[in-house]
Amino acid sequence: MNGLLILLIAIAAMGFSGVPACLLPARSATGQRIATALMAIGSVLGLAVVAAILAGHAAPSLNVMWGLPQSRFAVAVDPLSALFLLPVFIVPMLGSVYGLGYWKQSEHPANGCRVGLAYGLLAGAMALVVIARDGLLFLLAWEVMAIAAYFAAAAEDDKTEVRKAGWIYLIATHIGTLCLFAMFSCWRHATGSFLLETGHAFTAVMSSSVFVLALIGFGFKAGLMPLHVWLPGAHANAPSHVSAVMSGVMLKMGVYGIVRMTALLPVSELWWGTLVLAVGGITSVAGIAFAMGQRDLKRLLAYSSIENIGIIALGVGLALIGRSQGHAEWVLLGLGGALLHVWNHSLFKSLLFFNAGAIIHAAGTREIDRMGGLAKRLPRVMALFAVGAVAICALPPLNGFVSEWLLYLGLFRTVGLGAETGTPAGAFAAAALAMTGALAAACFVKVLGAVFLGAPRSEAGNHAHEPPATMLAPMAVLACGCAGLGLFPLAAAPLLESAVRTWSPQAAGAGTLAAVVPLERLTVAGLTLAVFAGAVTLILKMTLRQQTVRAGLTWDCGYARPTGRMQYTGSSLGDALVALTALLLWPRKFRTSLHGLFPRPSSFKSLVSDTVLDRLVMPVFHAVGQRLPRLRVLQQGQTHVYVLYILIAMIVLLVWCGMGS
Amino acid sequence: MIATILHVLVLLLLPPLLLGVIAKTKAWFAGRVGAPFLQPYYDLAKLMRRGLVLSTTTTWVFRAGPIVTLAATLLAGLLIPMGGGDAPIAFAGDLILFAYLFGLARFFTTSAALDTGSAFEGMGSAREVTFACLSEPALFFALLVLAKISGSLTLTAMLQAPANTLSAGIAAPLVLIGIGLFIVLLAETCRIPVDDPTTHLELTMIHEAMVLDHSGPLFSMILYASAVKLLVLGTVLLHVIAPFRFGQAWLDGPLYLAEILGLAVVIGIVESVMARLQMRRVPYLLVGALLFCGFGFILLIR
Repeated sequence: MNGLLILLIAIAAMGFSGVPACLLPARSATGQRIATALMAIGSVLGLAVVAAILAGHAAPSLNVMWGLPQSRFAVAVDPLSALFLLPVFIVPMLGSVYGLGYWKQSEHPANGCRVGLAYGLLAGAMALVVIARDGLLFLLAWEVMAIAAYFAAAAEDDKTEVRKAGWIYLIATHIGTLCLFAMFSCWRHATGSFLLETGHAFTAVMSSSVFVLALIGFGFKAGLMPLHVWLPGAHANAPSHVSAVMSGVMLKMGVYGIVRMTALLPVSELWWGTLVLAVGGITSVAGIAFAMGQRDLKRLLAYSSIENIGIIALGVGLALIGRSQGHAEWVLLGLGGALLHVWNHSLFKSLLFFNAGAIIHAAGTREIDRMGGLAKRLPRVMALFAVGAVAICALPPLNGFVSEWLLYLGLFRTVGLGAETGTPAGAFAAAALAMTGALAAACFVKVLGAVFLGAPRSEAGNHAHEPPATMLAPMAVLACGCAGLGLFPLAAAPLLESAVRTWSPQAAGAGTLAAVVPLERLTVAGLTLAVFAGAVTLILKMTLRQQTVRAGLTWDCGYARPTGRMQYTGSSLGDALVALTALLLWPRKFRTSLHGLFPRPSSFKSLVSDTVLDRLVMPVFHAVGQRLPRLRVLQQGQTHVYVLYILIAMIVLLVWCGMGS
Repeated sequence: MIATILHVLVLLLLPPLLLGVIAKTKAWFAGRVGAPFLQPYYDLAKLMRRGLVLSTTTTWVFRAGPIVTLAATLLAGLLIPMGGGDAPIAFAGDLILFAYLFGLARFFTTSAALDTGSAFEGMGSAREVTFACLSEPALFFALLVLAKISGSLTLTAMLQAPANTLSAGIAAPLVLIGIGLFIVLLAETCRIPVDDPTTHLELTMIHEAMVLDHSGPLFSMILYASAVKLLVLGTVLLHVIAPFRFGQAWLDGPLYLAEILGLAVVIGIVESVMARLQMRRVPYLLVGALLFCGFGFILLIR
């Protein structure tokens, strides 16, 4: 009980951290400092509770009436919740510190308070989502989270682009929420209450309906393809610390929803897992292929988030297949890998979005192809970005590798090692994951190369300078997290194991993670790699001591006047891959043709827009809007008319329910 | 212990000889005498004694490229069994580490190339990362076949399985992934028909284009690392296409040496009788490798 009280205080401190700033003058920095202090207090208290639960203290829970009909204030913290609470308590706090330097109240008097208020509410609501054990309480927290994210992301709503992205987000999130309404209604119909507890019996049809509705409803939030349409725009147009929290933590709430609901459903059927596996494979490959084609740094990172959600879905799918087929090891490796990737992604994607904020601030643009050579101006940001990039490409010895390693080992097992029979779906998922890995490496080489390396492509970055410590310190913490989890993954194993056992008790049959896969060997391998690299560096140093090292110009085939604009840009680097995946990406190219011996100045432009949004959703919405003009009569734009609609709907529902009983 | 020492010695000392054998084979085909077998060793030693020119555009990434590549390739070399012996480092799941170490090397090689700010090196990087997206899934299908045959996720057991359990049922999949792996080997080690390591036109190269600006000891490390990569991937291929062992260490060791040198001769012959493919046709070849490996897998689990 005490632990829970502290947790609720922590959530309240985070949730209302933006309130004091609203009462202070619009340009005052004090409010923002108070907000960060409250976030830090909430974070420390919350982490203390999570640590206590990890140390073996009884998992606290609470279940009281709270005035809403049909609903109880039921909250509980089990290992699964604790696992998702960790990023919720860490990333928003770091983002708040980052915001002190990045989104200064004095520079953003118009929207600073609103962003701070919405940011805090977003963090608090996410924590509440993870511990809620009642359908209505969950939906309430879910809706606060969705709307707070809207206000935080649409900070610069004086720009058309931002407003448009905000609208798409609002529509998408509410379609998702509608599915969740339907899902909880099915849940109540089957179990008799909104309480989210295990142990209920379900008919096959009902459990499948709940599963499909959960997959769609939470899929919208997580960004599973093709439900990802809101994600690139919203992430690109939000302030970077908000993007970091949205991408690093809020998308994971969708993952949490899917994991939690499948944990509550008593059975799983084979096609559930196969479906999630297929969706995960498509999401990961398509997500990173779209990322490859982007020129906007933050849109690229957003698509890469979609890819990572796909990777997490691969793990969840594997675990579902394992549960239905009775393979405890598949469950352990699949869900263990997926949950570890939830952490990993929240670490490196937040790091990369923080980096992106610093880069965009320095370069004055989000266009990758206008940057270049920033490594000389921002050496620290560049080093931190390199850590994030290596981690997100799942390269050893950083943390991304560990989670993908677990997933690969699980997927390899599904083919049935030796004489066992297996399911070939896992093998194709493994190949998809391999392709994703190679594409991710290509994508982040492109970003690292085009943004930081080479020579500047425009004047913009020439006066750039390193960001202040308030921005660098949060990045450094996250980078250390990436390295720590990558080199010592065994430390994460106990929480992962208990979370997986919460999801499916049969996973206990597989024993510990360390018993199934030699996690400790990754430490050895990582350290060996470091030793080798150190030795090679030493040999190089010794050799060079006796040699001359000269500085010179880059070799350009004897051409006398190379300029920064002659470098390979990010787009040209990705051109071949975009052409290979043209069926999916539908790239558009605008070029003027050249004529004669002395052609006129010409231009070329290529664009990869979102296929689902721009070729499917928008045309359909426009067509519907044009075909049904009469329906606009309902849309008066006056609030009291809408309140009237709500009233009418209530009356109709009451009458309907009355007739039913 | 002795086996490990031998493994490390072969891994460190043999690779340049393979380059020498390839060059000699090509010379023989062209009717020339060719450079001595040991020429690559002399070249590497000479480069180590040279000075270094660093472009003013570059940062630490430029130097990290060769260092990380060499370290990662050597570690990958410790994960595979050579001849009849076991790998010095072996654990369940080392196959993924093996594949991703080459990914790490690729990440840093291509980044180092972009660090120079040269369009040629950008071209090389673009090609390298593009072709990797096709050869990586092919490699994983091949690994899936070996995992299924051996019932293990340890490279040592996986690669020794074809020799231990050779039967009619696994022969066809092994042939298919053998062809696929050979194409992957040619692509990954920058051989004709994918890339031409001896060409001198920057526009048409992949790997050489990426390392144009590396000189002296750094260039020496790059050449050495790519020779080690040839040895490592060649050894993997030999386990698949030549799964014959005597079971006696003193016989298997020389057999392995003969096989790997024979493979170098075969690569030399391929380089002599073929022309380099047009750059836009290389993806078709790699898709072919992917299909060979994929069908090998399907044939095995049907």
